[in-house]
Amino acid sequence: MTDRLPGFSTLAVHAGAQPDPTTGARATPIYQTTSFVFNDADHAASLFGLQAFGNIYTRIGNPTNAVLEERVAALEGGTAALAVASGHAAQLVVLQQLLRPGDEIIAARKLYGGSINQFTHAFKAFGWNVAWADPDDVASFDQAVTPHTKAIFIESIANPAGSVTDIEAIAAVARKAGVPLIVDNTLASPYLIKPIDHGADIVVHSLTKFLGGHGNSLGGIIVDAGTFDWSKDNKYPMLSEPRPEYHGIRIQETFGNFAFAIACRVLGLRDLGPALSPFNAFMILTGIETLPLRMQKHCDNAKAVAEFLSTHPAVSAVNYAGLPGDRYNALQRKYAPKGAGAVFTFSLKGGYDAGVNLVSNLKLFSHLANVGDTRSLVIHPASTTHSQLDDAAKVKSGAAPEVVRLSIGIEDKEDLIADLDQALRA
Amino acid sequence: MNHDAYDDNYIRSILNNVKSIAMVGASPVNVRPSYFAFKYLAQRGYDMIPVNPGHVGKALMGKPFVASLADIDRPIDTIDIFRNSSHIMPVVDEALKLSPLPKVIWMQLGARDDAAAEKAEAAGLKVVMNRCPKIEYGRLSSEISWMGVNSRTLSSKRAPIPTQGMRLSLNRTSFGGGQTAASDRAAKNKTETT
Ligand SMILES: Cc1ncc(COP(=O)(O)O)c(C=O)c1O
Repeated sequence: MTDRLPGFSTLAVHAGAQPDPTTGARATPIYQTTSFVFNDADHAASLFGLQAFGNIYTRIGNPTNAVLEERVAALEGGTAALAVASGHAAQLVVLQQLLRPGDEIIAARKLYGGSINQFTHAFKAFGWNVAWADPDDVASFDQAVTPHTKAIFIESIANPAGSVTDIEAIAAVARKAGVPLIVDNTLASPYLIKPIDHGADIVVHSLTKFLGGHGNSLGGIIVDAGTFDWSKDNKYPMLSEPRPEYHGIRIQETFGNFAFAIACRVLGLRDLGPALSPFNAFMILTGIETLPLRMQKHCDNAKAVAEFLSTHPAVSAVNYAGLPGDRYNALQRKYAPKGAGAVFTFSLKGGYDAGVNLVSNLKLFSHLANVGDTRSLVIHPASTTHSQLDDAAKVKSGAAPEVVRLSIGIEDKEDLIADLDQALRA
Repeated sequence: MNHDAYDDNYIRSILNNVKSIAMVGASPVNVRPSYFAFKYLAQRGYDMIPVNPGHVGKALMGKPFVASLADIDRPIDTIDIFRNSSHIMPVVDEALKLSPLPKVIWMQLGARDDAAAEKAEAAGLKVVMNRCPKIEYGRLSSEISWMGVNSRTLSSKRAPIPTQGMRLSLNRTSFGGGQTAASDRAAKNKTETT
């Protein structure tokens, strides 16, 4: 039996799953239960004391969710993962382990609009301050570091404009500052980019998008790279100090290189509560089995659509990193050589009104606030997801009034191009 | 032997073949990592011996503490050292005086002493550093997957239902070397800077 590294597609189908111990069921069963019986009082005590591996209550862990967790950890090359109810829940649980009131996080200015809201308003109310930096100017991250900085947060491919981030350069800033780099890898998926290979310490996903991939289930996940030493400067007491919740055990000392994932589970998920439904975990797992096939088709279709739009008379600009002249093309070829993803923006000569018209004239593209569905999707960020931002912030986050965002599905590309063409001419 | 990244087959052969484990630095305090590991390995069927001069007269899961390796009344396969790196060498020296010699020196998660490892290897012993046997056993058997841990193993066989005292199969198809590529890198960077 030789040790060999199975390919990505094999892991996408198999990692974490094996036939059910009692029934032999080959597909992962949906363990739709709130709780699990203990063998005896000692077993119960060891589970609660984190001494034994096992299931207690679905808010803390569930066997269906565990398959999903191991699968995504394997695909990302991490040591462990924790599935939660949504991408936003993943971000909340991660930062709860790292920040205390008065601490700071440096975040890329180009983020999903919902994340900008979460950081600006909800997290601010917890006393967690955000310093915004420009992912196109790595020095701005370095300049934002203060003694209160506890983490750096970026998106690998940023929503909405599909811009590619120089992960290695920002990882170097994080290492120098002695803080973990958190990468939201939602838009790339590990099929296109594995941020841990480029220096990320923590990866988060909205599983709602390409990983689940069918627009039917919300979910989020946190992947621990196993690379960060949480005990070094005592900056992360949730991991390095004795935890009163668990009779004084220290999480890093006990769990080694998957301590962060455990902290997120036993301190974060247990106490904050955003557990993923096992049914959603099953739907997302089924989606992941075809991730490599879907993602390549998403990317190939997106490139064809972007090429079409780039020569269209009604279009003033296309931001797609997969196009040769794009400012992110060099970064795309370095970080995501298989494709530039399927979410991108383009600008209409006719401005805000043309954006609103386009959306209403499309027949195949669905007008909705999501990305990473099998179906092609369209949204006009200025009037929807980014409408809470003022005009200057809209432009900075890539959502100017004339900008339309597409999420290209896996239909036939000729049909997508024809639909866009008729809607742009209408 | 590359002590930055162990092949799974190396760890697997140790855990499959050893029967007795003397745990140096075992603690009777039920929140210490050594306590968890001791209990887990005992439940998986290993003959465990707690070694700690501070607790002689007490027992851990019914097994009486001994003060030193020399006080163990039977041959032992494995010495699992639950002490930090600076206390490894004297334990290895003591282990190398035993007759018959143990087969394996295992240093806990966080503990590493390359000079002590070299000495033990020169005497024909196998060495594992900076790993927890409980975690490795749980990982290779995939029992730990219940915690969302990447076992780096695959299997199309029906999973066993673990019961008290049962040895789980560790013979799944492994992928990757020791840890994940990233955690190997991090461990290496850390030893280079310290
Ligand atoms: C890049 C990115 N991160 C996070 C989220 C939030 O995920 P969820 O909607 O699952 O909470 C989204 C959702 O659109 C996203 O696009």
